[in-house]
Amino acid sequence: MKVRLLDIAHARSGDKGDTANVGVIALEPQFYPLLDRHLTVDAVSRHFHGMITGPVQRFELPNLNALNFLLHGALDGGGTLSLKTDAQGKVYSTALLRMVIDVSDEAAAAAGLAAREEQK
Amino acid sequence: MKDIVRVASGQGFWGDSLEAPRQQVEGGEVDYLMLDYLAEVTMSILQKQKERDPSMGYARDFVGAIESVLPAITERGVRVVANAGGVNPPACAAAIAQLTASKGVAGKVRIAVVTGDDLLSRLDELLEAGHLLANMETGEPLSTIRDRVLSANAYIGSTPIVEGLARGANVVITGRSTDTALTMAPLRHEFGWGETDWDRLAAGIIAGHIIECGAQCSGGNCLRDWRSIPDLANVGYPIAEGAADGSFVITKHPGTGGIVSVPSVAEQLVYEMGDPREYITPDVIADFTTIRLEDAGKDRVRVYGIKGHPSTDKLKVSVAYKAGFKAVGTLVYSWPESLDKAKAADAILRQRLDRLGLVFDQTLSEYVGASATHGSLAESDGVRDYPEVQLRFGVRGPDRAAVERFTREIAPLVLNGPPSVTGFAGGRPKVEEIVAYWPALIDKSVVTTSVEMVG
Repeated sequence: MKVRLLDIAHARSGDKGDTANVGVIALEPQFYPLLDRHLTVDAVSRHFHGMITGPVQRFELPNLNALNFLLHGALDGGGTLSLKTDAQGKVYSTALLRMVIDVSDEAAAAAGLAAREEQK
Repeated sequence: MKDIVRVASGQGFWGDSLEAPRQQVEGGEVDYLMLDYLAEVTMSILQKQKERDPSMGYARDFVGAIESVLPAITERGVRVVANAGGVNPPACAAAIAQLTASKGVAGKVRIAVVTGDDLLSRLDELLEAGHLLANMETGEPLSTIRDRVLSANAYIGSTPIVEGLARGANVVITGRSTDTALTMAPLRHEFGWGETDWDRLAAGIIAGHIIECGAQCSGGNCLRDWRSIPDLANVGYPIAEGAADGSFVITKHPGTGGIVSVPSVAEQLVYEMGDPREYITPDVIADFTTIRLEDAGKDRVRVYGIKGHPSTDKLKVSVAYKAGFKAVGTLVYSWPESLDKAKAADAILRQRLDRLGLVFDQTLSEYVGASATHGSLAESDGVRDYPEVQLRFGVRGPDRAAVERFTREIAPLVLNGPPSVTGFAGGRPKVEEIVAYWPALIDKSVVTTSVEMVG
């Protein structure tokens, strides 16, 4: 089933120079394996293709049910140099949450996703 | 020794709520008030102010903040730790001393001033001695921008703040101390943590990371269930209740708005994060993958389990330098075909700038309302015709005259470009001199801090 990240995660982003960070946190602990499995460096790089000029790095924080991504070259130079509205990368968080992942029925059942959809 | 030490955050950046410091000391029991004023760009702004007036160069809001909490300092023993000194901590201390004298409480407020972080006057000596101060992002040596440097400050840690507290200061003023040390130092002072007590120092740093952005951990800018976060108009700023073993509880005063929950704290933990296993500070390297969060009742989150590692032999240095000029102009185009009109205006503007022979390092067009923040990802929204779209056009370059000339090309489009245009009442865009940030590293051994008592 197709799952939009917004429905299983929340996020906050910030900056360090020309790099934006996006921390993605599972809304429920049982959703963390879905993030871990589907938010690969490749998938996130593809998602932001054309928006960032550098590589993507991924770090895991299973203790917080969270992943942290560094998006290099995301801020047109960053800080005061940047001409962007989002010069400090504050809403790369919600940009990542637009991503749609394709979850197997088994994984969806394990995460209790199918049941949640029915409840809605 | 106290069982619990309460450090309240009353300022997340220079420009944060003017009411928060007073609310934090009056809303309930606190031992320390922590005020963080310094962002990356703040030091350079303060340096410019100091060049114009040698008695300036510190966060002037701090004087009003201290005035608003004076009764708590003099009558209840609340102590204040702040990096309000900016590039001129002695002048900041003098302003506070003048305030306490004018209020007749000079004898009751002892001020500690921390200096030694300012490397500007030593820069050439350091470069000559072989310290490259290379840019941590690009690797370029500082010599490439030496003649444009405005300020240079080492990020210093908790030790001089602890010394100031040990010497009895009611108010400790630093310059470019790390944001996190302002919270960790009071805990270290009260509990007697040693300089190699890595786990506890790391815990104090993480407590600092959580509360250093003010209400951003207590419901402000919180995405999760944002509609359900109560009474942000009366948002409570955070308090870290530290214990001797390094564990702590994040909370806020009763009767305030906002929320302190595992998700609100988790969002702040990942803010501006790099490699979570190595959060490097002058005092310790904190490992964010060891943090445990636990719901401890209404608006209470317990944080424990934190591990730290020995600090490095380097300090980070923040250099601010002049990096050319920029200007950003905007025009709003309305339905119908708002986005197409904005794009047509952009194309016309670019042709005219070309014809004028203006050269910039960078130009950027954004369509606010359609795609300015989420770029091509927003196309999946499938909106056919937006009610309005703002064309936001920016230029950046070394030549002030070229940037200035650009600012004259926006307004004409109102009458000689695509139709249905409005939103130009603000007049010509302003040319802004760019003060950019140059992060570097330096050997710890060359930076010596000192603490002086005033009053």
